[in-house]
Amino acid sequence: MRSMRPVLVAVALLIAAATATACAPGAHALTITIHYSGFDPAELQVPRGVPITFVLVNEDPIDHEWLIGDDAFHEAHRTGTHASHGDVPTEVTVPALETAETTITFDEPGTFAYICHLPGHEGYGMVGVLTVQG
Amino acid sequence: MRRPWLSLLAASAALLITAAPALACGGLIGPNGAVNLLRTTTFAGYHDGVEHYVTSFEFAGGGGAFGSITPLPGIPTDVVRGGDWTLQRLVLETDPVAERALSRDAFAAAGASEAEVLLETTIDALDITILRGGGDEVGLWAKNNGFRLPPDAPEVLDFYADRSPIFMAAAFDADAAAERGQAIGDGTPVHLTIPTDNPWVPLRILGLGKADAEVVEADVYLLTDDRPAMLPNAGAFGESAGLILDHSRPATDALLTDLRSDDGMEWIPREAWLTKVVVDTTAAELTYDLAIDVSGAGKPSAIDAGFAPFGPDPAPRPPVGLYLLLTAAVIVAVPLLAELRGRPASSRPPFAGA
Repeated sequence: MRSMRPVLVAVALLIAAATATACAPGAHALTITIHYSGFDPAELQVPRGVPITFVLVNEDPIDHEWLIGDDAFHEAHRTGTHASHGDVPTEVTVPALETAETTITFDEPGTFAYICHLPGHEGYGMVGVLTVQG
Repeated sequence: MRRPWLSLLAASAALLITAAPALACGGLIGPNGAVNLLRTTTFAGYHDGVEHYVTSFEFAGGGGAFGSITPLPGIPTDVVRGGDWTLQRLVLETDPVAERALSRDAFAAAGASEAEVLLETTIDALDITILRGGGDEVGLWAKNNGFRLPPDAPEVLDFYADRSPIFMAAAFDADAAAERGQAIGDGTPVHLTIPTDNPWVPLRILGLGKADAEVVEADVYLLTDDRPAMLPNAGAFGESAGLILDHSRPATDALLTDLRSDDGMEWIPREAWLTKVVVDTTAAELTYDLAIDVSGAGKPSAIDAGFAPFGPDPAPRPPVGLYLLLTAAVIVAVPLLAELRGRPASSRPPFAGA
């Protein structure tokens, strides 16, 4: 049995690596893919009080936005004139065929929409809903 | 109807297309988000394996740079200024009362980047670029040249690129046009010569950038040796939603003579069948193109019409983790088997159920 130890160690390491790859980017990270001007998934649930890293993968050859907030937040952005976002964690511009990340901690339970406010995109269906569980 | 010399031509058909006022041939949206090209009129003729494509964009006013994008069935060998009256003459042939003003355009220069630039030329205030690339490449080219595509563009560009990755981008500089003295409503016809065995009429692109409920209207003129087979099959008024067969009869000598006398139109055959199909549907319903069989077999392609996918779907790629697990299994199995082979038979552990 002694001759099998190196093999078992190697197997354990490989399985650990495989598991890490499959679960990337981690327990508190969520990946949202943008394809054909749609969010996938379009519904999410997260716990409150926990930093969540959103990995936003834009598979489209056009720019998109990922803006998350309440109704008042989105109403303000529907008439906004920001060419791009990035300074505020809840407002992210995702350039064409690129990936962006942002980390947000939701302190209170509630429901928030994430929307792309580029012209015509919300009407086309670029809307998702995130629920913060209490 | 068929003459001997015509019957010897494998694909001797002419395909004529003109577009009604709402026909915007795929909007590249300007930086301000407005689509300034309200109207595009297009003509394409297919004869002896060569498609002659003439399109004209009406300048609807405004400033800055904007343009449009049009999928093509092949790579053009030539792009020149089109004749002045071909489009008008076709409209008059089937709609002599409602005379429609045609357009003359100007486009703005736009350099290529991601997609491969096959040809560039300037006609009046229009800058024409022929691109080869997938939907992503063409989309990036548009972005890098200052245009913002509408949200449905990624899917629509892929829809076309799967079948023919050739696009014509036409950029228009309104300021330059104004300096040239172009007025609102003026247009510049552009004539593309495209060798291809496979003519089809892009219709879905007409709905690009439009809301689902927005109506797309277009007139499509076909000129073929014989009555063409089409997919979808246009029906008569009141019998068909979306595509309406408005005209289907032998082309008159007067029409053919007039068309042939315009610049670059000497290829027009002596006899032909004229068909006019009216597109009148919503953008949400316009999910297809018009496939045409000019071979006489009567079998227009479902792929060309966009009803069938181009080729099989690629096999899904296994995740990296699966590769690692398979590697681990091999690493375990090989030394284990080697060790088992080295032991005496009595010391081997029994297999389950043994």
